[in-house]
Amino acid sequence: MTTKELEKKANEIRQEVIRMFVAAGSGHAAGSLGMADVFTALYFKILTHDPKRPTWKKRDRLILSNGHICPVRYAAMAHSGYFPISELKTLRELGSRLQGHPERTRYSGFETTSGPLGCGLAQAAGIAYAARMDGARFRTFCITSDGEHDSGNHWEAVMFAGKNKLSNLTCFVDRNFIQSDGDTEDVMPLEPLKEKYEAFNWHVIDIDGHNMEEIINAVTKARMESEEPTVIIANITPGKGVSFMEDLPEWHGKVPNKEEAGKALEELKVAAKEIRKKKEDD
Amino acid sequence: MSTQVFKKDIEKVPSRNGYGEGLVVAGEKDENVVVLCADLTESTRSHLFQDKFPKRFIEVGVAEQALATIASGMANYGKIPFISSFAVFSPGRNWEQIRTTICLNDVPVKIAGSHAGIIVGPDGATHQMLEDIAIMRALPNMIVIAPADAIETKKAVIEAAKNEKPTYIRFSREETPVFTTEKSPFKIGRAESLWETKSPQVAIIACGSLVYEALLAAKELDNSKIETLVINCHTIKLLDEQAIIRAAKTTGAIVTVEEHQITGGLGGAVSEVLARNFPVPMGFVGMPDSFGESGKPSELLAKYKMKSVDIAKAVKRVIKLKTS
Repeated sequence: MTTKELEKKANEIRQEVIRMFVAAGSGHAAGSLGMADVFTALYFKILTHDPKRPTWKKRDRLILSNGHICPVRYAAMAHSGYFPISELKTLRELGSRLQGHPERTRYSGFETTSGPLGCGLAQAAGIAYAARMDGARFRTFCITSDGEHDSGNHWEAVMFAGKNKLSNLTCFVDRNFIQSDGDTEDVMPLEPLKEKYEAFNWHVIDIDGHNMEEIINAVTKARMESEEPTVIIANITPGKGVSFMEDLPEWHGKVPNKEEAGKALEELKVAAKEIRKKKEDD
Repeated sequence: MSTQVFKKDIEKVPSRNGYGEGLVVAGEKDENVVVLCADLTESTRSHLFQDKFPKRFIEVGVAEQALATIASGMANYGKIPFISSFAVFSPGRNWEQIRTTICLNDVPVKIAGSHAGIIVGPDGATHQMLEDIAIMRALPNMIVIAPADAIETKKAVIEAAKNEKPTYIRFSREETPVFTTEKSPFKIGRAESLWETKSPQVAIIACGSLVYEALLAAKELDNSKIETLVINCHTIKLLDEQAIIRAAKTTGAIVTVEEHQITGGLGGAVSEVLARNFPVPMGFVGMPDSFGESGKPSELLAKYKMKSVDIAKAVKRVIKLKTS
């Protein structure tokens, strides 16, 4: 996909998650909207994967640590052909494969079960370590929230991956500065985050998490790194794409009502038109 | 059973040795077996595996949450990880990680809780894990095993490597009598009858290091003409319900014996089965809702009433309940 096509797709994914939130009636809006660009880049450009063979041995592994933003993953997976788009409206319903937080045993394509924070990177590191033992060539990606960097388990994994030079591991940080109780720097300051990772022997790349080219280039750089695991600190606007949700912590743990969703979809449709008008740049 | 079972000089070996030896056998049989440890490699006898398969041994440091979650990832990929630590730390400290990333994920991580029970002794209450059976048997998908001696621990490790399920194995630091043999039957999920009499009045259902005390109690009781059954119920989750119901029907009374809190352990598991199927009077030998303290293993077992004499008393009490 070209950059313009990826941007268009990310816009579609945002519209999709808004519709899913309305159908589900609960969830976490800001995170899913914020990470729509990263997930689109991953599923439509970066990952070596085959939606028809979710357990294909050579696939890149994408581990979602902050499971509460699963709607954006579900939407990106449905749009790339893992399961029918019509299934997305079953989010959080009894019997649905699309649980409120993702479960591997419901659908192997989710790779892990997640939601309780701080334990995704360790699982990703375990996969990357085991893969290297076997000489497997795939890359393991992990998506983490900034809030979950409060957790000890996460830093245990950071130390482990640094010690073992897991250069086949790439971690995205959804750096949106919000968590349940407010601003991450008030709740438990994380800065200087870049320097912290560097001190643990990680290769750090800082990007605009809404710029497709920066996302893709960062992963290219991560692939070239042979000594250290890479963390991509993706600076994200929570609620991105919906003006009345952007940057507001109160949208971390709630979803729009029908009226709000209508407004959000209108805004996103206007944005889609603007993307279509843009010149193709690659 | 060993012919030496009631000899004074019966061989004593720490069951953790069986863990280390079992790891080596499991590692030889399947190259996917890996061992992770949290800075307790020699204490848990994981070094036996490390010496043999250094590339399949992974040190994670004093980080039990990472121990469980890294292992979860490795199992997700296709490895068969054994994670070694003291029971009080794993599953004590990393229970939620075990719940979410191992049980709900349903990946075959094997959790080895060494230094379990009160007989870790001088280290004191902080290190005496007496709640692990309770917290582990509450978990869906988890299998819980408390082998009776070093040989049985070795067998449990070798079997667990093959069962494709999350599995918890608890064992001890201290030397305990080795009364099973290489030929003794062992199958995860099958309780074994160790002591049978013609018309038993009580069945003693025991697990772990105290199975031996149960046998001593049975012999003492036999001397005073009280006939019993002794069942080694090494698997507490994936419980052999049929064997328990059969024992209750045969004897009409049960005493459970475990080196664990009475609340939520083997006694709880057995009483849940019997309450549903065939209620009979029960007695419980185990830790009486209390923390331990420093002391010699035998002193502690005596103080907290888990010796053969205490089991014999519990048997006599439950016989009275039966007839009252």
